[in-house]
Amino acid sequence: MKLVKTLKPIAIGAVVAAAVTGISAGASAEQTKIGFVYVSPIGDAGWTYQHELGRRAMVKALGGKVKTSFVEAVKEGADAERIIRKLAASGNKIIFTTSFGYMNPTIKVAKRFQKVTFMHATGYKRSKNVGIYLARFYEGRYLTGIVAGKMSKSNILGYVAAFPIPEVIRGINAFTIGARSVNPKVQVRVIWTSSWFDPGKERQASETLIAQGADVITQHTDSTAPVQAAQAKGVYAIGYHSDMSKYGKKAHLTAATHVWGAYYTNVVKAVMAGTWKSGSTWGGIKDGMIKLAPFGPAVPASVRQIVTEREKAIGAGTLHPFQGPVMDQSGKVRIAKGKTMSDEKMLGMSWYVQGVVGKLPKK
Amino acid sequence: MAEAEIIALLILTLKGAVPLIFAALGELVVEKSGVLNLGVEGMMLMGAVFGFIGAVSTGSLFLGVIAGTLAAIVVSLIFGFLTLSLMANQVATGLALTIFGIGLSAFIGKPFESATLDGIKDLAIPGLSAIPIIGPLLFERDPLFYLSLIMFGAVSWFLYRTRGGLILRAVGESHEAAHGLGYPVIRIRYLAVMFGAGMAGLGGAYLSLVLTPQWQEDMTAQRGWIALALVVFATWRPTRVLIGAWLFGGLTILNYAAQGRGVSIPSEFLAIIPYIATILVLVLISRDATKIRLNAPASLGKAFHSSD
Repeated sequence: MKLVKTLKPIAIGAVVAAAVTGISAGASAEQTKIGFVYVSPIGDAGWTYQHELGRRAMVKALGGKVKTSFVEAVKEGADAERIIRKLAASGNKIIFTTSFGYMNPTIKVAKRFQKVTFMHATGYKRSKNVGIYLARFYEGRYLTGIVAGKMSKSNILGYVAAFPIPEVIRGINAFTIGARSVNPKVQVRVIWTSSWFDPGKERQASETLIAQGADVITQHTDSTAPVQAAQAKGVYAIGYHSDMSKYGKKAHLTAATHVWGAYYTNVVKAVMAGTWKSGSTWGGIKDGMIKLAPFGPAVPASVRQIVTEREKAIGAGTLHPFQGPVMDQSGKVRIAKGKTMSDEKMLGMSWYVQGVVGKLPKK
Repeated sequence: MAEAEIIALLILTLKGAVPLIFAALGELVVEKSGVLNLGVEGMMLMGAVFGFIGAVSTGSLFLGVIAGTLAAIVVSLIFGFLTLSLMANQVATGLALTIFGIGLSAFIGKPFESATLDGIKDLAIPGLSAIPIIGPLLFERDPLFYLSLIMFGAVSWFLYRTRGGLILRAVGESHEAAHGLGYPVIRIRYLAVMFGAGMAGLGGAYLSLVLTPQWQEDMTAQRGWIALALVVFATWRPTRVLIGAWLFGGLTILNYAAQGRGVSIPSEFLAIIPYIATILVLVLISRDATKIRLNAPASLGKAFHSSD
């Protein structure tokens, strides 16, 4: 499939068509064909890489019963619809579309292919044969915040973020709440790079934060540059999406990672058994969708213990990162004592909690 | 703000400007010879990927820099052959070169996405680095940083102080007249294209070997286009390229530093400041039309064919 990506700018349509049919030709009659659509190149770490790990885990679990194929670096737009349609037309029974921008194309294609099951990640539109799924990334953020809060000496944490959308803001808030739960003096500084992927800018933003005193850097962007910046400057880093420890052996404390394998296996099994029904999944630590990467050597046992305990509590449902009282920056109580935030409110979050420096940029 | 922080931010600014200085100075020379090569982004990516691969596989950062520079020159020869020898449209061919560079670098770099590298280290210049403020800013940097400043001096000197520079500019002003005087227009343009490509390659290698240091697909993130804009912004003057590159780098860092300090300006607005600044300066400079005409090569983008 490497060829697909390489030639994409020149003649994506023809090449993709050839590659997809080429792979599916080998499927035997009893194998269920499954297609994946990825928004970026798989690479070695990041959002798409985690979905690819999920696909591989699913293939491993189901062995010869499935035949999978994927198309990577599919732009969110007209291209996406064509490729999803192609996958459906070439006999795939289940299609996973793994980026927000695939929402409308997925719904549109699903109307034409009623017998195909579509699974769309991070969207909000469903239909009879389109299910949606998302992970509670904020649970991982909360836990990594605890590590950062404990490890910081300057009490300044740096956060490199892409765009001020609820998903990212939720992560910043959960991280801050986690950090302040163990170190009330800590503050979180955020730099927006206005780009999901720009290693150069992410590096500069990280170094700016470090120059301003941050001694733990984390990110909501897709490259590994912030971890490398931390490593080079001798401060700590917390990865995102994937375990990024190899990019900063000393710096990397842990990472909030996404694990899709078990979920993909269950979905495929349900579809094969005929028990699948369209639904909305928002899974977290309890469902094994969010896991922390192994702790780095710098994290002492006492910190590991707190994090492991809280991880268990979140899994058991006795602890919620957005558990009252939670105040926003102006001191207004947003979540009352004894209450937890509803999923609906979390999905629309557009304010900073106390402890985040600066005002949230207007959208 | 503490002095240490200001110095750290200025260093970030200076380093961030290096890829732009290399690529824009190279393109300036190309355009001065009358050729418009829009393939800067593609050539930078070739420089970045081969620089990284070269350094990882040989273990020598120096060889990496050489590999990146040469790779960019090699792909630029395709552009040169098509536009100079076959007289293809320069705009279309340049765009194709960018697309080609994006695809090819991604393909070749795939196995190296997980590789890590320490990157080129800073090398303080004895004596000079002891100067207060200026020393830590300018003379405790990496060798490629010094090279970018040397190249700035060399390009300025070559273009305006040497016979070769005069001939190159003559070719860019009127290729027919230069040809009539017996100068090898095509050969000069080939050399200019290769020089520009080597510089773009160095800019790319700076990204993958110094700034980040890593290889990721499409990691130049439009810096090639910014370099092209810089040349116009600088009205084809090397000094203005240098100032423009620092201005761009500085605005980005200022944006980040303000955010880190909690100054509330919408991120989108901060992100477009460099572009607004460019347009503004461009408008101001353009009001003096004679200045633009004096510096813009008259034969820019036109194909040349000797009719004898």
